[in-house]
Amino acid sequence: MVTRAEDVTPQRYPLREFLSRWLLTTNHKEIGTLYLWLSFTLFFIAGAMAMVIRLELFQPGIQFAEPLFYNQMVTMHGLLMVFGVVMPGFVGLANWQIPLMIGAPDMALPRLNNFSFWILPFAFGLLISTLFMEGGAPNFGWTFYAPLSTTYGPPSTDFFILGVHMMGISSVLGAINIIVTIFNLRTPGMTLMKMPLFVWTWLITAFLLIMVMPVLAGVVTMMLTDRHFGTSFFSAAGGGDPVMFQHIFWFFGHPEVYILILPGFGIASQIIPTFSRKKLFGYHSMVYATIAIALLSFVVWGHHMFTTGMPVVGELFFMYATMLIAVPTGVKVFNWVATMWRGSITFETPMLFAIGFVILFTIGGFSGLMLALVPADFQYHDTFFVVAHFHYVLYPGAIFGTMAAVYYWIPKWTGHMYDERLGKIHFWTAIIAVNLTFFPMHFTGLAGMPRRIVDYSLQFADFNMVSSIGAGLLGMTQVLFLYIVIKTIRGGDPASTRVWEGADGLEWTVPSPAPHHTFETPPPFPPIMDKDEGTPLNE
Amino acid sequence: MISIAGKLKSGMMVAVLWVFSRPVFAVVFDLREGVTNMSQRIQALHHLSLGICVVIGAIVFGVMFYSMFAHRRSRHPKPADFHENTLVEVAWTTIPIVILVGMAIPATTTLIDIEDNSDADLTILITASQWKWHYQYVEADIGYYSNMTTPTAQINNLEPKGEHYLLEVDNPLVLPTRKKVRFLTTSNDVIHSWWVPDFAVKQDAVPGYINEAWTRVDVPGLYRGQCTELCGKDHAYMPIVVDVKPEAEFDEWIEEQRLARELASGQAVADRNKEWAFEELMQIGEQVFLSHCATCHEPTGLGQGVTYPALAGGEIPTGPLAVHIDRVMNGKAGTEMQAWAPQLSDRELAAVITYERNAWGNATADVIQPRTVYAAR
Repeated sequence: MVTRAEDVTPQRYPLREFLSRWLLTTNHKEIGTLYLWLSFTLFFIAGAMAMVIRLELFQPGIQFAEPLFYNQMVTMHGLLMVFGVVMPGFVGLANWQIPLMIGAPDMALPRLNNFSFWILPFAFGLLISTLFMEGGAPNFGWTFYAPLSTTYGPPSTDFFILGVHMMGISSVLGAINIIVTIFNLRTPGMTLMKMPLFVWTWLITAFLLIMVMPVLAGVVTMMLTDRHFGTSFFSAAGGGDPVMFQHIFWFFGHPEVYILILPGFGIASQIIPTFSRKKLFGYHSMVYATIAIALLSFVVWGHHMFTTGMPVVGELFFMYATMLIAVPTGVKVFNWVATMWRGSITFETPMLFAIGFVILFTIGGFSGLMLALVPADFQYHDTFFVVAHFHYVLYPGAIFGTMAAVYYWIPKWTGHMYDERLGKIHFWTAIIAVNLTFFPMHFTGLAGMPRRIVDYSLQFADFNMVSSIGAGLLGMTQVLFLYIVIKTIRGGDPASTRVWEGADGLEWTVPSPAPHHTFETPPPFPPIMDKDEGTPLNE
Repeated sequence: MISIAGKLKSGMMVAVLWVFSRPVFAVVFDLREGVTNMSQRIQALHHLSLGICVVIGAIVFGVMFYSMFAHRRSRHPKPADFHENTLVEVAWTTIPIVILVGMAIPATTTLIDIEDNSDADLTILITASQWKWHYQYVEADIGYYSNMTTPTAQINNLEPKGEHYLLEVDNPLVLPTRKKVRFLTTSNDVIHSWWVPDFAVKQDAVPGYINEAWTRVDVPGLYRGQCTELCGKDHAYMPIVVDVKPEAEFDEWIEEQRLARELASGQAVADRNKEWAFEELMQIGEQVFLSHCATCHEPTGLGQGVTYPALAGGEIPTGPLAVHIDRVMNGKAGTEMQAWAPQLSDRELAAVITYERNAWGNATADVIQPRTVYAAR
């Protein structure tokens, strides 16, 4: 028997290879995958906290969570979902897709990309470890208003501050990388006004991140010096002002909520044209509307603070500015509907999630408009009506947006089609559960139930029970999503290059799965799409 | 077939009408109407904005669902290829602006009226602290604390919950009808928010700052609300009850309060002169401890971790007496341990300190008399 050199298996060190591959990778696709898995992992951790919250609120009285622990759950759920799930999820999508969509070989700063990612597991490890510390995790809500978080914060608050700093550094570095990539590595011919909408919305999001993450870093640093170095930024006893904390926080916080939704707008703007087999309606107005929303987001922070004793002129200014956001947001919704109009529509899972996104996000937008009216806000503020509002924009917005994107691009990432039947089951259970969970919260809020309470009076019992049942279903349906993703990675029908019949864009010109290195030379633009390709679609 | 469908249809109509005509519908699904002019104007504003949103939503989603039905591939295999239309785009940018102006006008006028705090007949200073309210009648110089009275056993599901579970207090705020009442809100520790939905008054209580709000109630009755700004552990247990009385009754009540204050000061003198027995103090002390201290330090005295230290065998209840008295009366700055001197009488303070020094195996055998506390004031 002849033994050739290549038949002899060299000594292998699988763990070392695995670690060096994932720890040291500078490949945008691998880093994108890392981001997405981190986001997915934290989604289940933060989701489990939501389950604790809903379990406690299932009935009046204290059953599962003591008040102090309940407050920790509320706080950690919010922090992890905002900073650990939605933001890294979108950054993961950006890493995978932006180079593929603009015809770049990789991100412009690959080592920085690796560094931005690897900060995050440590940041969230630090944050989650506070749950096991003496005095417990932060318990002052994700908005961490002073002086509850300064003078009265638990000892673990300092770990929270360090964690926020680390996330902030990661986000800013990631945003710089995205901006530099988009400005420098587009394939010849792709002018700014020819970029795919997902790239546009991420470009604007990246600018928002660079503008506001330092403000967040500033406010937590002020907290730190108030706690330990004798300053009184947020303490009236030393000449400071607790309300100033809220001004600084929401100057970060309101652009932040657009950071959490703009990439979702981009995703919907990619998916709806594909499955309507028709070009996006009003491309230019989409771009301008996104820019308008981003600019307006800097002058509306006060609408979170109408009950803090703001002068009437301030209230009027923030009310008008906030109402104005409805105009560009409306333009976007109308454009999506007009894109579908007289198209040739099919309803694969990404399209279902995108339509769910548009409808439910619009409902969240409506309640946002209602909240902008100062007199009405006096009744809605800090009630479950607000909880319903922001979960409508975030769950069907940011989370459904990310899920739509995963279903849409996963054939390109893995080379396999996902299980369409399971995908549809996932969508329908998710959309029923989302509404079952969050719609009744409008009613409990209007009836007068404050948010962030561990226990409530009997009049709110029925709707809370419905919400909790919905939440349980919602939690379970995401386990199905995990199963679908793993199943798709491990196998499935082979995906074609174009994947979707109506797909358009550079990412659909590389083979499925996308090879480790793509676009080593700039591709032609506009892309040459294979008209005959694309998986046959069901009606 | 048709007649069955018709019957079904009319049956459903009746059912829908019945559901919507139930008084419960308004209570359960709608923003509360409330009892003040402002709460009713706000409800009208809510209906206006909700109505506009529903109409716009019906149009947008209607078009969308029609398109999903009529333009799905099986019915509409060949997509159109338009992707711009200046006229339509200008229309759907300008029409919303007009609608927004229509909403902004009533919102602005209502807001300006809400923020008019002038010419009040009566001023109440509301001071929040973890987790209770203090009401001070500025003109009459009467003040008292208002604590939740729902028993712990109901919260822990050991007893059936009462009708006003979590929304009941020992001393409600008492207001007269037909008077403009101005509220000044502030706080001793963290930010709280005073909200009575039926008055549409929600005002944050910010430590070191004073905010203003007002109301005018015409209908006597009991109105309930809650703290609406996360203020720590017992944020859920900070209810507000307002008892609105006709003016004459209110004046009587104020007189009663004046008398009660004089009686209380007489009682305090008697308490100081009496030599209290150990058992007597322990008995009162246990009551005081359970209603004020046990929420953090636990009825067992074991506390909750580092935030709420154990008193059983604790450093302070078994240490020097003067330090213990000081801590109970003046609290500890920067923690949730508040100053109890303004909240409890000499007798109650003496009793609770005696109790803490002798309960749960703390065997100091100290008996503290009310006059000792009085001297420490």
